[in-house]
Amino acid sequence: MAIINDFNYHKPKDIDDTLILLSDLKEKAKILAGGTDLIVHLKEEIVKTENVIDIKGITKLNKIEVSEDNVFLGAGVTFTEIIESAELKEKLPVLWQASEKVASVGVRNRATVVGNICSAVPSLDSAPALLVYDAEILVQSKTSKRTISIHDWFTGPKKTILKPDELVLGINIPIFQHTGVYEKLGRYKGEDLAQAGIGICVDSNKNYRFAYCAVGPIPKRMKKLEEFLKGKDISDELLGEAAKLIPSEISPITDIRSSAEYRTHMMKVMFKRGLQKSVALLKGDRS
Amino acid sequence: MKKITLRLNGELRNVYVEPEEILLDVLRDKLGTKSPKCGCDRGDCGACAVLLNGRSVRSCLVLAIETDGQEIVTVEGISKDGLSKVQNTMLDKNAFQCGFCAPGMIISTTELLDKNPHPNLEEIKEALSGNLCRCTGYLPILESVQEATEEGHHE
Repeated sequence: MAIINDFNYHKPKDIDDTLILLSDLKEKAKILAGGTDLIVHLKEEIVKTENVIDIKGITKLNKIEVSEDNVFLGAGVTFTEIIESAELKEKLPVLWQASEKVASVGVRNRATVVGNICSAVPSLDSAPALLVYDAEILVQSKTSKRTISIHDWFTGPKKTILKPDELVLGINIPIFQHTGVYEKLGRYKGEDLAQAGIGICVDSNKNYRFAYCAVGPIPKRMKKLEEFLKGKDISDELLGEAAKLIPSEISPITDIRSSAEYRTHMMKVMFKRGLQKSVALLKGDRS
Repeated sequence: MKKITLRLNGELRNVYVEPEEILLDVLRDKLGTKSPKCGCDRGDCGACAVLLNGRSVRSCLVLAIETDGQEIVTVEGISKDGLSKVQNTMLDKNAFQCGFCAPGMIISTTELLDKNPHPNLEEIKEALSGNLCRCTGYLPILESVQEATEEGHHE
C-alpha cells in the first residue's frame, strides 16, 4: 500500500544542512531514521507531512562512541548495532537486554533507540534502561544546542519536549559499576509490545534503581521503591514488603493487551524476579 | 519522479520512483520481483522481508527512494544458482502449506546462517520470531532449518 499523501524527500549529508532544513520547515517536516514507526503512521494517515528528512546519510550520527566514563549513541544507531556490541553488553546490560527484546530482527535492523524515544509510546522498551542510567539527550537547532535529561524528556503519551526545529544528535549514557536486568511482559515470547516492563540496576553499595514502561502514561523511575530499599540487603521478606509499594508507583490502564490488575500483579512478580537476578549477578553468578 | 539506482539480486537496476512509494510495491510492480509478499503492511508479519545491505528489513516499511545506491537481495537472488540447502530441506520436509510466509522465512534464515552457520533451536526461533505463519504451526519450518544446519550439513 502506497502512502496517500505526497511529500518531498530530503537526504542531507551533514548536520548543518539538516538544521537549516528544519529551521525553514519546522512542523512541516518529519525526521526519518529507521522508519519502523514513521512509515506505518504515514500509511495510516496518523501523520501527514509535506517533508521527510532522512538522516541516515549523516555518517556522524551513525556512531557508537565508548569512552572511559561515557557511551554516546548517535541518532542513527539501531537496536541490532547495540546487540552486536560486546562492549555495550558488558557496560550497559539493561539497555542491551532491552534492545534484544524489541520487536523482531527485521525491525531491530532498522529501528533506532533515538527513534524509539522520539516516538515516545508508553510501552517503549528502551526507556527503563535510559531512565535507570540517567541518560542525557543531546539536541541541536540552527541557533542553539542543549542537553535534556531523560527524566524531563517525556511529556505525555507520544509526546516529548523536543521542539519542531530541533534534531536529536544522540544520547549520552554515563558508565558506572553495576549489574542489572530488563524484564518485559509480552503476550508470548518473541515479537510483541510490552504489557509491562521494568529496568533494574544494582550497585555494590546497595543502591537500587528501578524504572518502568507500559504501566503509566510515560515511563518513569520508581523513587519510593528506591528509597525504601537503599542500603538494605535483599531478602525474600524485604522483597515482599517492597512489592507492596509498586501499586503506588504505577498507573496502568486496561486495554486490548491486558487488564490494569494483571499488569500490576505482574509488575510485582517481575520486580522480585528481576531484583533477585540482578543481586545474583552482582555476587558473580553469571548463570 | 526521481531516478534511483540499486543493485537488485546482483544486477544494477534503474527505476523512477515518487518519494511516497514503498519499496515492497516498487520491487513487485516496477521491478518484477514477486517473492516479497504483502501481508500485514505494517511490519508485523515478515512476509515482505528482503535483505538490504545484508540485513533483513521489512520492505513494507522502507521508502523505495531510501534504497538509492544500496544492495537488495530477495529469494530470487538467493536461488539464482539453484536452491540453497535450507530451501531443499524445506521442500523435502513439506515445511509450508500455502507458502505465503516462505519468502520471508527464507530471508530471515539466510541472514541468520550468514552470521551463525550452526544455530541452536532457540537461536532459530528467535531469528524467525518476526515471521508469522498461519498454516503449519511452525514445527516443520523450524525442523527444516535445524536439519539443514546440523554439523556437516551446511554448505
